[in-house]
Amino acid sequence: MSDNAVSDHSTSAALVRSTAVELAAGIAGGEYTAVEVAQAHLDRIAAVDGDVHAFLHVSGELALQQAAAVDAARAAGEPAASPLAGVPLALKDIVVQQGVPTTAGSKILEGWIPPYDATVTSRLRDAGVVILGKTNLDEFAMGSSTENSAYGPTRNPWDLTRIPGGSGGGSAAALAAFEAPLAIGTDTGGSIRQPASVTGTVGAKPTYGGVSRYGVIALASSLDQVGPCARTVMDTALLHDVISGHDPMDSTSIQFAYLNATKAVEAGRADGLQGVKIGIVKELSGEGYQAGVMESFTAAVATLQGLGAEIVEVSCPHFRYALAAYYLILPSECSSNLARFDAMRYGLRTLADVRDGHALVSAEDVMSATRGAGFGAEVKRRIMLGTYALSAGYYDAYYGSAQKVRTLIRQDFENAYAAADVLISPASPVTAFPLGEKVDDPMAMYLNDLATIPGSLAGIPAMSVPSGLAADTGLPVGLQIMGPTLGEAQMYRVAAAFEQAYIVANGSGVPALAPALEVSAR
Amino acid sequence: MSTASGDDTATPTLTRDDVAHLARLARLELTDSELDLYGGQLSQILGWVAEVSEVATPDIEPTTHAVPLTNVFRADEHRPGLTNEAALAAAPAAEDGRFRVPQILGEE
Repeated sequence: MSDNAVSDHSTSAALVRSTAVELAAGIAGGEYTAVEVAQAHLDRIAAVDGDVHAFLHVSGELALQQAAAVDAARAAGEPAASPLAGVPLALKDIVVQQGVPTTAGSKILEGWIPPYDATVTSRLRDAGVVILGKTNLDEFAMGSSTENSAYGPTRNPWDLTRIPGGSGGGSAAALAAFEAPLAIGTDTGGSIRQPASVTGTVGAKPTYGGVSRYGVIALASSLDQVGPCARTVMDTALLHDVISGHDPMDSTSIQFAYLNATKAVEAGRADGLQGVKIGIVKELSGEGYQAGVMESFTAAVATLQGLGAEIVEVSCPHFRYALAAYYLILPSECSSNLARFDAMRYGLRTLADVRDGHALVSAEDVMSATRGAGFGAEVKRRIMLGTYALSAGYYDAYYGSAQKVRTLIRQDFENAYAAADVLISPASPVTAFPLGEKVDDPMAMYLNDLATIPGSLAGIPAMSVPSGLAADTGLPVGLQIMGPTLGEAQMYRVAAAFEQAYIVANGSGVPALAPALEVSAR
Repeated sequence: MSTASGDDTATPTLTRDDVAHLARLARLELTDSELDLYGGQLSQILGWVAEVSEVATPDIEPTTHAVPLTNVFRADEHRPGLTNEAALAAAPAAEDGRFRVPQILGEE
């Protein structure tokens, strides 16, 4: 191998370990091109994704074209399209991108090519962000481990025998494996925050309605929220600023004053947390939490105190009903949303004209057969649960009661925010568990979103930032920071101050400690 | 559907027939082993989620949406949409510029 090749390799290795901020600066300053950055990440994907399986589809050619357009604009002297121009990104495969296969992790959409872009996708494109491909997820975003993907599980880059969280395990694993510096996730009950927690990365769920859901395949419409994922708080904030804002194409998108998460991060780094009141939610830090997770959380509280924050304990007594309410509201909405997969206009159609010697010709038969063949076990389970909860005679007792619990949880949050600016808890009750450990036990699996679900029901913004490695497993732990409705700035300020203090105390951030995943003998 | 007591929200026990009925309502063809599996799992989950009725008293307003919204209107203006070709491109079957679907109404 020539010296040249060696130095190419080291440059490429340095590029994939860079932050989005560093990459954007390097491209803007002419140190390297957007095409070189995209190619370095495509090479990394080629080298490690056989082990990690973060991606369902890699669109290399399209990514290089997008990158070349960024380079051409720069060469022509045009100003950068955004602070993230030329930076690569991994897109969760539930967000549509025109001309690129989208499956939502389901066989029922295998081979489907969307004829249009989601609003998030077009905003990324307009910002000059380079989309590398589509990431793996639990089928229709239902799950906490990415084992429900019809295309096989994603593996946690920290330990390939363990889960990367779910449903956005592919997006989180792509970040932890240095396959992309930025990713898009969707969070319904914790699918951005819980994977971020168990992979040692950062993920933020914006206020409900803060990012358009147009072109995002619906799971539970009153809960689904698109959000940014990255390895640093600043990168997450920059992406947040690119994708957020009102969209007339989504009637649940809210009108609000422009959020500048980036400014909030700068404030957190510069000013610390003097005068900030942080509430510890009593109900989210007790039973059911792994010892190593609680130790890391306790240390994080001390760090926040050291930054000048005042720590108070708050009680949210109705949080104990959150999981139950969630597992009524979500299946009810999903049973309704997934009715669109009817084998008529797009997607799979399993049509046997004749079965057992009889004609099988009715649309209802075709629909039932297709859905039976095309949906996986967890999707069927939740559709059945939702159908039951919404059926005559049970609606009030189940769905109606769950919606009332949601009111109580919102009131709990309101009371808590009267006493504190932000609330904190561990983001996931446990560190990454072994693949297969809980896959046959739906109830055990549902408990993994224990800490994230209350915030989903209330529609508040919340994020997970790495708080270190658990002493008992050596695996990453996430600190959840929850803000009041549209309180993203407070949330990012605390996250940025915490991250900076952690790096000062430990010499590096958690993502830098992720195993190198040097290419095995493949 | 049968319940352990007369109360609708007490732990329900879904029989195999109940599951088959639900699956028909949901247009979901299930295998025999799925019918067996889901009965037990759904009963367990329903028993657990029924605890929501413990605190859901009549005086509490339900929250259907996390962020209060009023109706959203827009001007009734012509806007470009998908072409006929693009809309049919992903169809399992198409004919004469239309979706081709199996028989929907029964024969009289």
